Amino acid sequence: MATQHDAAAPPAKEGGAAPARPPAEPTEAELRRRARLSRRWQRDLKWSPYGFISPFFLLFVAFGLFPLVYTAWASLHTVELTAPTDMQWTGLHNYTRIFDDDFFWNAARNTLTIGIISTVPQLAMAMGLAHILNYKLRASTFYRVVMLAPYATSIAAASLVFVLLFGRDYGMINWALHHVGVGKIDWQNDKWPSQIAVSSIIIWRWTGYNALIYLAAMQAIPQDLYESAALDGANRWRQFIHVTLPQLRPTILFTCVVSTIGASQVFGEPLIFDANKAASGGAEHQFQTLGLYLYEQGWVNQHLGRASAIAWTMFLILIVIGIVNYVISRRLRASS
Amino acid sequence: MTTTLTTPADAAPPEAKRVRRPKAARAGGQMHAGPIAYTILVLFSIGSLFPLVWTAIAASRTNNRLAQTPPPFWFGGNLFHNLDVAWNDANLGKAFVNTTIVAGISSLTVVFLSTIAGFAFAKLRFRGRNILMLMVIGTMMVPPQLSIIPLYMMVAKLNWADQLQAVIFPSLVSAFGVFFMRQYLLQALPDEIIEAARVDGASSWRVVWHVVFPAARPAMAVLGMLMFVQSWNDFLWPFLVLTQNGNPTVQVALAGLGRGYTPDQSLIMGGALLGTLPLLLVFAIFGKQIVGGIMQGAVKG
Repeated sequence: MATQHDAAAPPAKEGGAAPARPPAEPTEAELRRRARLSRRWQRDLKWSPYGFISPFFLLFVAFGLFPLVYTAWASLHTVELTAPTDMQWTGLHNYTRIFDDDFFWNAARNTLTIGIISTVPQLAMAMGLAHILNYKLRASTFYRVVMLAPYATSIAAASLVFVLLFGRDYGMINWALHHVGVGKIDWQNDKWPSQIAVSSIIIWRWTGYNALIYLAAMQAIPQDLYESAALDGANRWRQFIHVTLPQLRPTILFTCVVSTIGASQVFGEPLIFDANKAASGGAEHQFQTLGLYLYEQGWVNQHLGRASAIAWTMFLILIVIGIVNYVISRRLRASS
Repeated sequence: MTTTLTTPADAAPPEAKRVRRPKAARAGGQMHAGPIAYTILVLFSIGSLFPLVWTAIAASRTNNRLAQTPPPFWFGGNLFHNLDVAWNDANLGKAFVNTTIVAGISSLTVVFLSTIAGFAFAKLRFRGRNILMLMVIGTMMVPPQLSIIPLYMMVAKLNWADQLQAVIFPSLVSAFGVFFMRQYLLQALPDEIIEAARVDGASSWRVVWHVVFPAARPAMAVLGMLMFVQSWNDFLWPFLVLTQNGNPTVQVALAGLGRGYTPDQSLIMGGALLGTLPLLLVFAIFGKQIVGGIMQGAVKG
């Protein structure tokens, strides 16, 4: 106990750091000082967390939450781009107006198809790549950095290059296809080719990024799961199916959600891929996405209220997709 | 001892009766890659780099050469002329300065605000913490298109059209940043260190300055780079509030390059090359750290 230590302690040298003074009775002023410090201490403990999050939340409310709500409000009004402060109540008219517009449904269909043909191959390839990158490799960092290079390329630059590569008469891709006996494909003006071309920009930019996310999750899987699966006689393929994929389920869900959100707002790629740089998404709206349709309604036709209604419709669709995703993942978890 | 219970196989010396594990088991998850794996990787690397290399090739040619078959596969002699014209045509000098300012300010602010907020969410207890964190995570899922219309109205009302602050202000916060820093600090900052600083009488701000910032430095660097890349490449919002000719960012200037009746493709490629090079340089230098950061941010705990 303490007394023993006291006995064993060497005597404090003169002028040393050890307390030389006997503990005097604290004066009244000293007591007040301590109480004040303690109160300040308590206040600090209680309020500093709010101090740390408040700058973020102030900006967050101003530029994130408030606009979210205000868009809903604006979607119930007629608002023109030329006079954005002049709002007239129209109820749900903007919504009925866009639902009656064939171009809205066209854009919704295009967004869905471009979303599918860009997301599904992208995530499948990313999974395969991650699996390979998870092997013992020479120069593994090199491959990872190279695969991430497209992510550093902007939408604008990537789209400009792909416009050239997909050129009908002199493009590299048609030239290569010609050598395997495929005739000229009009990548900009035909419906499916143009959608595939736009999707390929997205696939090119994001596959490596998603591969890295899958790889990170794969490396977190405990090795002994593979060992025991192998001892049970599972070959590599069955290990992948029965160990890797189930362990990656949360990550796969995460990338699906993020890719779905990304696909719902595709804008720059089809805008720049269009030879006329117009918001119509090709002469016959063949690759106009909802993002482009929103821009066209709001900034070309100058109906901000209508654009707000499109934005909220997109949001509601995403919420529905999110709920479906959630239900499916719960089902999957329950069944396994 | 349990000698009586051991089976003969267990009792035998390991050399004599080594358990022959299946091939796949010896490999486990960490197998050496075979030639097929390397082939696939090399093909994907070529696919990743080819459009970038070809941008440089196309930028070194003339417009006439690009309108011929077969397309050029090697560099020509027109590179510097194209870069020079693209630089002036697209107002790229100003665009670079603008983009650097925007990306610099927004990434520094995001890193600072995310670190202190992430620290509070990871390590401090306060009323409403969980619900506020849920809000942050929830809004990571909200598409930015939902906020551009009111933001545009705000910009119009404040007379900020064509001015950089219109781009900077909405990008000062990132819900992802807060989430990222919170995840990092949960693991990287032991509670004991904070306790110790507290016992020594440090106020909360001193804890942040002397304990949290040093501990968070690697994650702050990675988040800063990710935010810089994102901000540099941001397209939709700058495109809406900045005009192409007056005060563009690099992306807005690039989008404007292809306009006109007979666009000169080699010039456009020159512009695309110039707009991409700075970030590719950043990647060439910090690629390893960025890769590590993305992989770190991907694992959620």
